Formats: sequence, structure tokens, C-alpha cells
Amino acid sequence: MSVVAAPMPVASVRRGVRLRRRFLRRPMAIVGLVLVVLFLALAIIGPFLTPDPLAQELTQTFASPSAHHLLGTDDLGRDELARLASGARVSLVAGVLSTALAMVVGVPIGLASGYFKGWLDPVVMRLNDTVLAFPFLIFAVGFAAIFGASLRNVVIALSIGLLPTIVRVSRGEALVLRELDFVGGAVADGARPAGIMFRYLLPNSFNALIVQATVGIPTGIIGEAVLSFLGLGVQPPGASWGLMLTSAQQFLSQAPQLAIYPGALIALATLGFNLLGDGLRDVLDPRERR
Amino acid sequence: MGMFILRRAFSSVVVLFLCSVAVFAGVRALPGDPALVMAGENATPQLIAAIRHQFGLDQPLPVQYADYVSQAFHGNFGISTTDQIPVATILAQRIPVTLELAFLAIVIGVLIGVPAGVVSAVRRGKFADWVSNGFGLIGLSVPHFWLGLLAILVFAVRLHWLPASGFVGLAEDPVENLRRMIMPALVLGTGLSAVLMRQTRSALLGQLSEDYVRTARAKGLSQRAQIRHALRNSLTTVTTVLGLQLGALISGAVVTEQIFVIPGFGKLTVDAVLQRNYPVIEGVVIVTVFGYVVVNLLVDLAYAWLNPRLRVAGASR
Repeated sequence: MSVVAAPMPVASVRRGVRLRRRFLRRPMAIVGLVLVVLFLALAIIGPFLTPDPLAQELTQTFASPSAHHLLGTDDLGRDELARLASGARVSLVAGVLSTALAMVVGVPIGLASGYFKGWLDPVVMRLNDTVLAFPFLIFAVGFAAIFGASLRNVVIALSIGLLPTIVRVSRGEALVLRELDFVGGAVADGARPAGIMFRYLLPNSFNALIVQATVGIPTGIIGEAVLSFLGLGVQPPGASWGLMLTSAQQFLSQAPQLAIYPGALIALATLGFNLLGDGLRDVLDPRERR
Repeated sequence: MGMFILRRAFSSVVVLFLCSVAVFAGVRALPGDPALVMAGENATPQLIAAIRHQFGLDQPLPVQYADYVSQAFHGNFGISTTDQIPVATILAQRIPVTLELAFLAIVIGVLIGVPAGVVSAVRRGKFADWVSNGFGLIGLSVPHFWLGLLAILVFAVRLHWLPASGFVGLAEDPVENLRRMIMPALVLGTGLSAVLMRQTRSALLGQLSEDYVRTARAKGLSQRAQIRHALRNSLTTVTTVLGLQLGALISGAVVTEQIFVIPGFGKLTVDAVLQRNYPVIEGVVIVTVFGYVVVNLLVDLAYAWLNPRLRVAGASR
């Protein structure tokens, strides 16, 4: 500890440089970052560069790759690449929105549970364990039965599935942070609990929450694909990677490539987020390192 | 230990109660009045009222709930709307199929996952560790249902080694049954083995850095014996993880059964939802909740039995 403290911006710039160096030393994390960037590009830019994913050319079914259709066409003569790009967008929306929704609800619950403890904490944790261990798909299937099958309901069901992990992590952060001196100082200053949670606990939990986001997004991507595959998510003729696999299953011997592309993209996107998450965990959150 | 069992059993009952209320409320919240449906098009208000009365739909909700619980306790979950068979009969046919699939998947998962985790921890940073870690990451990233499709594509469509789908009962023809179950069980078991591998690795690495292992090394115990001691203590974690994975396993079975057209519990669930077969949905959810609560109770008890420290720590938790 130096006598003259460095001004904040300089310190945080230095910290940023150090973190980036630590990240760049991990080849697998870079592979993950590249995969994630490619996925984002496909989802965000892809749909603008490809033909209409719903346009059918019934004379051109199961076409091989050509200049016209870079990856060929599907059973209804729709451009495969366009459908993959449109499916990427659906995956991205499902992954990001469900994670964001789970965080908006879960972080305050977790922080409050860890900060106040008392009677609240055991109740929250018990409920949390209950949701955590329940077979998610049975829940999601029941959810779709009651509220109907749509992307919106998939996102809501997924965010409920992601909730327990977010609650557990933010609670853990609050349990550690509440014992630290600066929180005690704020209490002595007369700060209200809500102020402490959002001014002190939330910013200091940021690293752990970023790592959780890289776990939540791929879980959401797979969840959307599974539910759409089962007919409980995106409905035809919409394009979702899971839904594309459902129709591809009928034409496995005729057009195996239709079953390979969407699944490979799900696997690569998920792998990308997992590798990136592992890398970020090492760099940002050494306590959680395994 | 007595108090521990009591407390856990009590919280299981609470969970069961909350879930049954949720299912009851959820199904009642569905659009459509069952009495109107049953009465048909030319129903008089008197007929509708009579049907309401006959099925107890005119009773207050708490009374309806009590009736529904007592019916469920007697194994009466109503009649399936698509084929007029009692839901309990359907469940009794379907559940053993899924149990067989889950059992095979657990066997495969443990046989691959635990040894891979041990090798990976012992040969940390070496080639074997690298290989198992890669396998673990891929196992976590590749979705079950795609793996299933690929397996069908390779082993059924291309190589013609195994049938693509279909099911033969274990009692009818055990050999044919296994031939048809091996692909689904492998698909379901791979994901589980990836999780078990990662957990075994980290638990064993944690144990190997403990003082007692250092002492064992200092007194000249062979590496084999050191690992044996550490592994014994790691297995507590692995058991819990296996317990926590049961939910994921059931979810996986839902998808796997759908791909391989296996008439199990999962396929029943999805079909019931797609056909809006509400009595079956209710039965499925209640049975799942019940099974899940019972299994979790057993896992917790096994855990407390394996690790006596928890019985004390649990009291202050």
C-alpha cells in the first residue's frame, strides 16, 4: 500500500491491461472468444446477408450447395444458410434474454438473502435447491402446456430454470462482501440496506456475475433448441436450430447434412461460451477456480 | 441422526405439498371449462350444473384440492382423454422403460466418468488429463439430441449395425431390448459421464492436496494407497453430484426417448402436452415430483451416512 494512492482511472486501466494479458495467455479462452464472436456475427449480421429464410422453392428441394444457395436447400426448398442465420438469432435472443431475466430477478434475491441472512436465507436456499434439482424439462413441458408453445414462453421457462444458480452465486458474493470493512463503514454511516446492496454489493459481485452469464447463455441456447426440437418452442415455419433438427430427422438417409449443420452450430456456440467462461473465470474470479 | 431424518422428511413433505398445489392450480387455470366440454353442444344450464355437481366442480377449491389429493393417494389419476385408459395403468407401463434407460445411462456414465476423472487428476497436466478434459468439455457442449441424431446417422443409416428406433420390452426379448437400448443409453450416459469426470477430477485434486495425504506420502505410502485414501473421501462429492444429476437425467430421457421413439415416461409427457391430454400431464408431473422428492431424501440420507460431519453441520445450517 503506497502512501499516495494512484488516481482511480489509471489503476483501473492498469488492471484492464493486466486482465487482458492474463486472458490472452490462455489459448482455449481465445478459441472460445473467436467462436462466440463468429456466433454473434452469424446471428446479428447473417440475416441481412442471406435470402429470406421462409421463401420456398418447391422445385429446388434438397439442392446441393451452389452460388445461389451456399449450403443448399432443405426439404421445402428453403435456403439452408438463411435458416441457420435466422436460427442463430433465435438462439442468441433465447440465451441472452433468459439469462438477463434470471439476473434481474435472481440477483436482488440472492444479495438480500446473503446480506440479511436471518430467517430469509434458509427459506430462499431451500426453495432454491428445490428448483435446482427438479427435472427442468418436465417443468418446461408443463409450462408450455399451460401457457402455450412460443419463443416468449421458452425464454420465461428458461429464466426460471437459470434462476437458482444466479441466486446461489449472488448470495455467496453477498455473504463474503458483507463482512468486509467498507460495508461495515457504510452501515456506520447510516446507509440503508437497499443502498448497500446496490452501491456496494452489486458492483463488487460483477466479476462473478459475468462468469455466470457465460454459463447461462449456452444453457439457454441448448434449452431453446431442445424445447423447439420437441415442438414446444418456436413453431414452423419459423427457423430455430432445434426445429430444423426435428424436420431433418425425417430425412436422415436422404439429406444427412440438414441434421449436421444446425447441431454442429449449437455445439460450437455452446463450446465457445463454455471455453470463454472458463477463461474469464480464471482471469476475473480466481476464488471460483476449480 | 433421528432429528436429521425427521427434519429432512418434513421439508420433503412441504415441497410435495407446494408442488401439488402448483399443479392443481396450474391445471385449473387452463382455458376451457371441462363441464362445458363434457356436456356437448346442446347443453342446458341444468345439465352443466348436474355435471359440475357429479365431478365435484361446484365445490369450493380447497375441497376440490383435498379430493384430488385423496384420489392421487389411491393411485387414481383419472382417465387419459386420447385412449380412455386409466392414467395409472399408462404410467405403470411407461415408467419401467425409462427406469431401464436411466439405469443403463448411469452405469455407462459412472464407468466412463469416474475412472476418467481419476486418471485426469492423477496425471494432472499430462496428456491423459488433456484428453479427458477435452472429452469433458465436448460432452458438456454437444447437446444430447444432436448426439442421438448423429448416432442414428452413423450406426443405423450408414452402417446398419443397430435399428434406428423402436422398442422391444425387456421381458419379451432381452437381447433385442438391449440392442435397441444401447444407443439411447450411450447418448444419455455420455453427458452424465462428462459431468462426473469433471466433478471426480476436482474433488480428487482437492483431496490430494489435503494434509492427511501429505502425511501418507511422508510416511512412505505408495502412490496407489494415497489415491485410494483420497478417492474414498472424494466419492462423497461424486455421490451428491450424481443425486443432483438425476433431474438432468430425467430431462435427458425426455429428449432421448423422443429421438429413438422409446415408449417411456418422457415420450408420454411430450405426447400428452402436444395432444393436450390434461389428466396424463397431471399424473406425469405429480409422479415426477414425488419420485424426485423421495430420491432427494434418499440422496441426502446417504450423504449424511457417508459423511458424519454433515449431521452436525446440518443443524446449524
